[in-house]
Amino acid sequence: MNLRSFRTAAWLGWKIESNWTDPFLFAVYSIIKPLAGAAILVVMYSVITNGDFTDPLFPYIYLGNAFYMYVGAVMTGVSWAIIDDREHYRTLKYMYVAPIRIPLYLIGRAVARFLTGSFSVFITIVFGALFLHVPIEIAQVDWLLFSLSLLMGVVLLALMGLTLAGITLLLARHSDYLGDAVAGGLYLFSGAVFPLDVLPAWLRPIGYAMPITYWLELLRRSLVGSVAQAFPTLANLSNGQLLAILGGMIALAAVVAVITFRWCDQQARERGYIDRTTNY
Amino acid sequence: METAIRKNTGWRLFIQTILGRAYPRVVGMSREKSWLFFDIFLPMLSVSAYVFVYRAIGAPEEYIGFVVVGGAMTAFWMNILWSMSSQLYWEKETGNLALYIMSPTNLMAILLGMALGGLVATAQRALGIILLGSLAFQVQYALGSFWQLLLVFFLAMTALYGMGMMTASLFLLLSREAWHIANLAQEPIYLAAGFYFPIKSFNFWVAAAASIIPLTLGLDAMRQLVFPSGPALGFLNVRLEIFILVGLAVVFITAARILLRKMERLAIREGRLTESRR
Repeated sequence: MNLRSFRTAAWLGWKIESNWTDPFLFAVYSIIKPLAGAAILVVMYSVITNGDFTDPLFPYIYLGNAFYMYVGAVMTGVSWAIIDDREHYRTLKYMYVAPIRIPLYLIGRAVARFLTGSFSVFITIVFGALFLHVPIEIAQVDWLLFSLSLLMGVVLLALMGLTLAGITLLLARHSDYLGDAVAGGLYLFSGAVFPLDVLPAWLRPIGYAMPITYWLELLRRSLVGSVAQAFPTLANLSNGQLLAILGGMIALAAVVAVITFRWCDQQARERGYIDRTTNY
Repeated sequence: METAIRKNTGWRLFIQTILGRAYPRVVGMSREKSWLFFDIFLPMLSVSAYVFVYRAIGAPEEYIGFVVVGGAMTAFWMNILWSMSSQLYWEKETGNLALYIMSPTNLMAILLGMALGGLVATAQRALGIILLGSLAFQVQYALGSFWQLLLVFFLAMTALYGMGMMTASLFLLLSREAWHIANLAQEPIYLAAGFYFPIKSFNFWVAAAASIIPLTLGLDAMRQLVFPSGPALGFLNVRLEIFILVGLAVVFITAARILLRKMERLAIREGRLTESRR
C-alpha cells in the first residue's frame, strides 16, 4: 500500500503540474523561470566585478542558487499539496477516506516538482558551465559524493516538507505564506548565495544550525571541490564530517516530521480542518 | 418599512463602484494583520539575501540602497500579477465574475477600484520594506527633487496599474494556465526591469525593450532622484523618463479600455465567464 500510494500520488502530481499546457510550452516555462532567477545574480555579480567570472565566489553563488531550486521544488511541493487538495481541488477529504498513507501520498505529490526542479537545476548548471565559466570538469567531479549528497538532501527536504504540511493542515488563510517564509529564511541563512561569513556574527549560528548549509557545501565540494574550499566557513570540516552532520540532522528532521505531522493530523481531524475551505 | 436605497447611475455609479471595489482591498487586507507582516517580511528576506550578495562581492554601498528600493517595488509587481492580472481568473473560480457582469455597473470601474485599492494597500507594504531595509542596512539617501520623485512615482503607478488592467482583460480568457503564467512573470520581470541592479547594466536596446514595463523607467528615475550616484548609473535623463512614463500610462489605460470590451464580449460568446477548469 505504501508504494502504491507513493506511485499514484507521483503520477497525479505530474499530471497536475504539466498538463495545463502542451509539452513544448511546459519545457519553455521550466527553463525560463530558473534561468531568469540565476541571471539576476549573474548580472549583479557581473556589474560589480566587470564580468570576472574566474573568482571562486562566482561558482559558489551560482551553484548554491542552482541547487537551492530543490528547496522550493521538494519542500514546498510537499506542503503545497495540502493547500492544493484542500482549498483548490477540494479533494483532501477523499484522500483521507481512501486506502492510502497520507504522508506518503504528500511526498509522492512532490515527485513531479522534484523532476521539473531537477530539469531546471540541470539546465542552469549546464548553462553556467558552457557560457559563464563555472569550472565544472566532468572527470574531476566526485560522483559518489554528489549522488549521496543529492539523495540525502532530497530526503531531508521531503521530511521538512512533511513537517510544513502538518502545520499547514492547521492553518487557514496564511498557509500559503508558510512555505515561502521557510524557503526565504533558508535562502538567507544557509549561505546559498553568499558565504556565511558575510552575515553579521550574531546571525551566523542560525546558518550553522541549518542542514541546508551542509548539504549545499557538500554539493559544491563534489562538483568544484577546490573552489568550494576557498571559503573559510566550513573549510575545517572534512567531507566525512559534513556527511555525518547532515546525516544526524536528517535523523532529527525525521523525528520532528513524524511527531509534528502526527500531532497536527490528529488536531486537524479533531477540529474538522480536513475538508475546510477558506476561499484562499 | 423598507429603507430607501439611493440607486446611482452614470458617473456616480462609476465612482461608487470604484470605491466599493477598492474598499476590500484596503480595509480587508488591513484586517488580517499576519498578511501585512508576511507581505513585508517575505520581500525583506529576498532583499537581505541580495544585500549580502552585494556585500560578498564588495559592491559600493549605493547598490545596497538600489536593492532596498527595488525590493520595495517588487510589492507593486506582485500586486499587479496576483491581484490585478490574475484577479479576474480568481473571481471566475470563486463565482464572483458572473455577478460583476450581471450587475448594472461597468467592469472598467471594477478594475479601477481594484487598482486603486491595491495601490493604497501595496504602498503601505512598500513603505514598510523601505523603512525596514533602510534601517537594517543603513541606506543613505540624497533626495534631489521631491516633486519630481512624487511625479515619477505617480506616473509609474498609473502606467503600471493601467498595464495590470490591460492584462486582467487578457487573463479573462485564461483558465488553469493563469496561475502558471502569473508565476512565470516574476523572475524574468525582476531581471528585465532591473529590480536589483541599474537597468543601465544592460545593452541600450535591451534596456529600451525592458522599458515597456513601467517599473523599469520608474525605478530608474526614482534611483536617480534619491541616490547621490543615481544619475551616473541612470539609463536615461529623468525628464525623458517622465515623458515616456506619461506615454505608457496613456497607452496602457486606453488599451485596457479597448481590450476589456473586446475580451468581455469574447468571453461571453465563448462561455468562459463561468467555466471552472481546475
